[in-house]
Amino acid sequence: MHFSVRSAWSIFIREIMRALRTVFQSIIAPVLTTSLYFIVFGAAIGARMPDLGGVDYGAFIIPGLLMLTLLGETTSNASFGIYMPRFTGTIYELLSAPVGVGETLAGFVGAAAVKSLILAAIILLTARLFVDYSIAHPVLAVIYIVLVAASFSLFGFILGVWADNFEKLGIIPLLFLTPLTFLGGTFYSIDMLPEPWDTIALFNPIVYLVSGLRWTFYGSADVDIWISFAITLGFLATCIAIIATIFKTGWRLRA
Amino acid sequence: MPEPILELAGLTKVYPGGLRALDNVDLTIRKGEIFALLGPNGAGKTTLIGAVCGLVTPSSGSIRAFGHDLSGDWRQARKRIGLVPQELATDMFEPVRRAVAFSRGLFGLPPNPARIEEILRSLSLWDKRDERIMALSGGMKRRVLIAKALAHEPDLLFLDEPTAGVDVELRKGMWQLIDQMRARGVTVILTTHYIEEAEEMADRVGVIRNGRLLMVDEKSAMMARLGRTEAHITLAEPLAAIPPALAQFPIEIEQGGLGLCYRGGDGTGKGKEEVAALTKALTFAGIDYTGIDVRESSLEDIFVSVLGEDAVPHETTSESEPV
Repeated sequence: MHFSVRSAWSIFIREIMRALRTVFQSIIAPVLTTSLYFIVFGAAIGARMPDLGGVDYGAFIIPGLLMLTLLGETTSNASFGIYMPRFTGTIYELLSAPVGVGETLAGFVGAAAVKSLILAAIILLTARLFVDYSIAHPVLAVIYIVLVAASFSLFGFILGVWADNFEKLGIIPLLFLTPLTFLGGTFYSIDMLPEPWDTIALFNPIVYLVSGLRWTFYGSADVDIWISFAITLGFLATCIAIIATIFKTGWRLRA
Repeated sequence: MPEPILELAGLTKVYPGGLRALDNVDLTIRKGEIFALLGPNGAGKTTLIGAVCGLVTPSSGSIRAFGHDLSGDWRQARKRIGLVPQELATDMFEPVRRAVAFSRGLFGLPPNPARIEEILRSLSLWDKRDERIMALSGGMKRRVLIAKALAHEPDLLFLDEPTAGVDVELRKGMWQLIDQMRARGVTVILTTHYIEEAEEMADRVGVIRNGRLLMVDEKSAMMARLGRTEAHITLAEPLAAIPPALAQFPIEIEQGGLGLCYRGGDGTGKGKEEVAALTKALTFAGIDYTGIDVRESSLEDIFVSVLGEDAVPHETTSESEPV
């Protein structure tokens, strides 16, 4: 399979430069939002909450809040990255260049994932200002965050190709991802839900993501860590297959 | 004859709505030539370019560029093809130099600041190299698009309406630039609304309408085959009928006998010679005249004769008319 590192690098660098142009929107705004969550739920309300599974409530919500920001920002970044060239017509340059699915994904998705990882690192540092926490399995935590960032960058890419207006671009993160993340155990353990809601919650895929990350932080979670890994890898593989099909057929890219 | 570098065979594009934008197009482009594709709006010019450049998926037919079949070995072919689109589509927030350098990198080439500088200087963009594209005038933005298309040093360059919306001076500058590219051996395929542009620059001309390539020929051959000379001679005294001495010429009486109209020749200059002979014959016959207006038919006239009057966009008729 042919792969041009220079082509991929060019796309990657341009996307990173684009993020730097919009640093307030890309970095500062989500950090500010997450900080407010920590202040309200971690410091103010969390002080009056009991420990969950032996973890202080303020610390308990860190993986969930990280996931909340990660999913939203990663999806938005990646979807915007490919939607804007389609919207402005600059996609012609990509389509007429000798680049294929590999270079395009490495460039667009790689940049979106890297932005998300930088954001995740900043959020964890910000959390340290409000809550005392430690990470039980730091290597697995990094691997898991990388996996989630890559998966949702791919998902965002699909969204950006699918959307044919700005409303559609925003509808999935706002109407699906955010509610599912809130209901996916960000602020609570699904064990706290009464029947049948604790069972219904298991149909929410975000539960497995939040739970997986929480396990890497504290060594215990609602769902087995390997189930979380398997679901994340399955989602990643599905997104790759969809994008490969998009490039093969030219759906929404070529006339 | 120079080797073919682009070969379209039976190229057809039918859009999902049923519009047949390209209908069984066969076309061969030869190395080093400038080929002008003429046609009214919606004729299929941009679709043809899109099919070669990867923006449009053909419904059937084949495209070979530089010996590579684009349905399989598209990477090797596209490395050597550049495209300047019709729309001013580029990242307006990028500085000029970075935008051009990005295009070079996208095509897999290593950075070459000297080459980028050379391209920007040739397009009079060097002084604007660090300005954001959004701050440039429309004509300069179009030049940036050309610079981006040249950044990977293509052997075949598509220019889709390169001078649409630019002023006369810049348009002439573009023509010079295209001449320079020709001198460097770049093959150029351009679509244009300005028929005079094709007349000025093209080696060969193709006329397309409703997705069908109606005619492809050398410009000079097309002019010779379909060209005409028209002369209007104003007479000092009215003529009631054409005298026998002038019967050999293709003339007719106009303006109530106060004028003669000659229509003849073949676009090679033969018409002018015949008009000269006609004026001598008039003098010899003692018919006095006060004025002669001679006009060679242009490519536009040929275009009209092939496609009909309604196919010619209004802006093609006047160079000074703003677009």
